[in-house]
Amino acid sequence: MAQRRWRLSSLQAIIGTIPLIGVSVGVFVICIIFSILWSFTSSKLFPNFDWVGFENYDRLWQTSRWIVSVQNIWLFGVLSIVGNMVFGYVLAVFMDQRIRMEDTFRSIFLYPFAMSLVVTGLVWQWMMDPNLGVQAAMQNLGLEWFRFAPLTDANTAIYGVIVAGIWQGTGVTMAILLAGLRGVDQEIWKAAKVDGIPNWRTYLFIALPMMRGAIATAFVLQCVGVVRVYDLIIALTQGGPGIATQMPAVFVIQHITNRQNVGMGMAAAAMMLAPIIVLIAIRALVMWRAAAQEKRAAKLAIAAEERERLEAAGIAAPVAAE
Amino acid sequence: MKRFVTAAAVSAAALLGTTAYTQAAEVEVIHWWTSGGEQAAVSVFASEFEARTEHTWLDTAIAGGENARAATMQRILGGDAPGAAQFNPGRQYEELIEAGLLLDLTELAESEGWRDFMRPPSTMAACDVDGQVWCVPVNIHSWNWAWASIPVFEAAGVEMPTSFAEFLEAAPAIQEAGYIPFAIGGEGWQINGAFGVVQTSIIGLDNREAILNGKDLDLARELMPEVFETFRSFKPFTDEGSANRNWNDTTNLVVTDQAALQIMGDWARGEFAVAGEVAGEDYECLALPLASPTVSTGGDIFLFPKQGDPDVEAAQLEMASMMVSPQVQALFNNAKGSMPIRGDVDMSLADACMQKGLAIIEDEANIQVDAQRWLTEDTNAQMNDLIAEFWATDMSVEDAVNSYVSILENAD
Repeated sequence: MAQRRWRLSSLQAIIGTIPLIGVSVGVFVICIIFSILWSFTSSKLFPNFDWVGFENYDRLWQTSRWIVSVQNIWLFGVLSIVGNMVFGYVLAVFMDQRIRMEDTFRSIFLYPFAMSLVVTGLVWQWMMDPNLGVQAAMQNLGLEWFRFAPLTDANTAIYGVIVAGIWQGTGVTMAILLAGLRGVDQEIWKAAKVDGIPNWRTYLFIALPMMRGAIATAFVLQCVGVVRVYDLIIALTQGGPGIATQMPAVFVIQHITNRQNVGMGMAAAAMMLAPIIVLIAIRALVMWRAAAQEKRAAKLAIAAEERERLEAAGIAAPVAAE
Repeated sequence: MKRFVTAAAVSAAALLGTTAYTQAAEVEVIHWWTSGGEQAAVSVFASEFEARTEHTWLDTAIAGGENARAATMQRILGGDAPGAAQFNPGRQYEELIEAGLLLDLTELAESEGWRDFMRPPSTMAACDVDGQVWCVPVNIHSWNWAWASIPVFEAAGVEMPTSFAEFLEAAPAIQEAGYIPFAIGGEGWQINGAFGVVQTSIIGLDNREAILNGKDLDLARELMPEVFETFRSFKPFTDEGSANRNWNDTTNLVVTDQAALQIMGDWARGEFAVAGEVAGEDYECLALPLASPTVSTGGDIFLFPKQGDPDVEAAQLEMASMMVSPQVQALFNNAKGSMPIRGDVDMSLADACMQKGLAIIEDEANIQVDAQRWLTEDTNAQMNDLIAEFWATDMSVEDAVNSYVSILENAD
């Protein structure tokens, strides 16, 4: 009877998840397979199956625009994630000081995230425009030496993009980390206070390690944002000056659409997938090792228990003999 | 509940009502004409189309040629093709023709005699593939123009230049007088366009064809270094705000007498006209190359993706016929600042600049085939990237020439 009920509920579960399985197999697995297949073809506007081997990859890694894109995404990724995390946590700590109008401030800080990246890009483009942005405003105030126009120079443009990215991403990081902070047990704070630990040390060395979940969530969210960064670039710099702020996603989409070179775009997309697969592989390896370790630890624990039991018996034995 | 039912009934009736009237078709047109002068031109098409036929012109303007073409491609591939779409003549749409996704205009073209009245012949060649006509050329645009602000040259005490070298010599004086000597927007196609003009000026039409069409790599290695060097010497005379600036905002710098000179195709003329400027008084149009001007035969074409609906198909043919009719050509090209695709058009309204262009186009020897006829969009975009990178960074001339040659070598 119990077994039949189990079967029924599992059948329901299977039926319930079929659409999801269908979508993920159809959209992700099959599309990824086709993308990779097409990356080995000479597809132009329409996909075809005219195999050319690694020709597309060859050209890809000789294209300076692609190489610049790859360098840019690493720089952008590392700096904007670090910036977001640091500023997000600092803001969260400030918000945690039981300030007045916390809700209002939270909304204000969260607001950039609710805004489209296109709007973010345009706003920052204007702010960084030397003729009408912050620089012009400061110079009109009489500060002739003031310079803030990173987007006009190929060497600094990527930092302008990073500033806009941090502005956009800090708020949501703050919200997640604030939730994490609030989740830390109040008893811990009391205990730290009793021990006379200064507040900043509690935040940095006690609370922070305890909110691993919130940090992981914020981090994953940032990573996803970095990999697919597209609209920010389009609105802010269109990849310029020159090709200084190009990004892989822009490269892929432009090759598939207006450059009419699907094969090349797919090769670039496959290269974007590669580091993600490596990351997943590393994670699987770590998890597998952790599981193996756990198993070994469990085995050791059982052995120790056994020994303890035996020892207890050994100790008990003489008593019994007496 | 009752109110809800009535509301539903009313809206259903409204829906039925709107779907009942469809014999007059709606033709959606995707184009990238969004600046002031361009809008004036496209509304000529729209109003003439609606005045001459019972059909409706549904305007879908998408800023930026690349974006508009990408949207069109995506919609054609996705099975939701627009009724008409703008492209540049060349190889941008060759795969659409091969795949049979476009409406065949041969019958209409033959009955109206397009092949006879279109000039120069290369204009028609862009649409005439293997004896079948697939698109409608609507105008001829030439990149080979520079636009100069007369007040700025006067204020700086500099003569109108008669060569690039002269301009580069005079540029520091213009800069000292507080003006931008050379206005350019940082977008890839603007930089590449100006580069193309400089290239033609230095190496001449024949060498240009040998390099771009004949893919003569040795000749490219020999001649291109000077082109890259000359092009770079314009760089110090640009302004800070150049990165990412639209072409029409850049033209506006010349219109408002903040900048001395811009190299830009003849579509810029429309901006001067909209601002009420007069050629020869407020601004000067310099036909390039200054020594012996030529006309590059770029421009715009419209193609008509196949539709299932015969009503829409009939409307598409009527639109094609409207676009080439002499009257519409005159109105449209006067507004747009481009040259008509037929010689029998009354262009007496044209201003001094266009008259200059019309005189140049008369002679077949002055016709410069547009590079897009020879290069695919992919190759063209690679060159855009290279030249944009060369312009924005301190890439050496040698590296630039090597990349240029390797792009040509791999072009298909």
